[in-house]
Amino acid sequence: MSETCKVSVERRGDVAILWTDGYINNQGGEEIAREAYSELERGARALVMNLEKTRIVNSIGISILIEVLEKVMERKAVLAFCGLTPTIDKTFRIMGLAQYAAIYPTEDEALAAVAATA
Amino acid sequence: MDRKAGRMPGGREGILAAEEPTRDPTGRGLMAQRGPASSEPVTAGPPEVSLTIPVAPEMEIVATAQADALGEYMDMSRDKIDEVKLALVEACINAFEHAHTEDNQVHITFRVGGPKGRCLEIEVRDRGHGFDAEGVESPTPQKTFEERRRRGWGLHIIKSLMDEVEITSGEWGTRILMRKYK
Repeated sequence: MSETCKVSVERRGDVAILWTDGYINNQGGEEIAREAYSELERGARALVMNLEKTRIVNSIGISILIEVLEKVMERKAVLAFCGLTPTIDKTFRIMGLAQYAAIYPTEDEALAAVAATA
Repeated sequence: MDRKAGRMPGGREGILAAEEPTRDPTGRGLMAQRGPASSEPVTAGPPEVSLTIPVAPEMEIVATAQADALGEYMDMSRDKIDEVKLALVEACINAFEHAHTEDNQVHITFRVGGPKGRCLEIEVRDRGHGFDAEGVESPTPQKTFEERRRRGWGLHIIKSLMDEVEITSGEWGTRILMRKYK
């Protein structure tokens, strides 16, 4: 059994899109963080995280996403989430992620929004 | 004295006198209900499933599969099942991280009950050291972001996602009892 999160990345100019697939726990969170930091190092001005293939997260995974968000804010970049299940959306709001990062229903909406700000 | 912190429907929270749950004579688990005398006819009770998982990475996902199956059996909405699963994950990893259990196991009982079988009740127990359930400081986004205190969200998330939560803890271990109505 392995629910470990897989992360794939595509770069479109200054924007990096990260797609997650699977359970975002500590390992999944660290995998996302590795890819996100790599894209920031390579000059990305905006990260869009599409979680539509993730059905479950835990608070440890979200705490790692918060670390990523802090790094993004330090670099004056932008982070947007999209494709969240209602439960993950609710949990992000409970933990305050939604106060510091934008959440959009779809990837197209997220890309349009970050293109306007990045 | 053992104490129990609970959240009741409508967000009401309370501290209740707590007792260690009744254990079966084998010491393997709780006595979920008194069985019929041998001369009585055996009738089907409400659906109940017990599961014991080892303290090991991703074992909480094994437990969520059971919640998924029972939620579908009850015809609970997908969103509510997902909320139950996330709360269950948090209850399991809370036990994994903080209980320091001697048997290295977490015991979970799922029950479908309540009027017209509308309630999914999940009990997560460990035989670890226990903790002061009412002394747990509530996390806030401000503490998380400004003071960089990122952990400690588990119980808060459980209470936010479930309809009723009772937490009982003592020297015998910890029991988190949570209910979700469809």
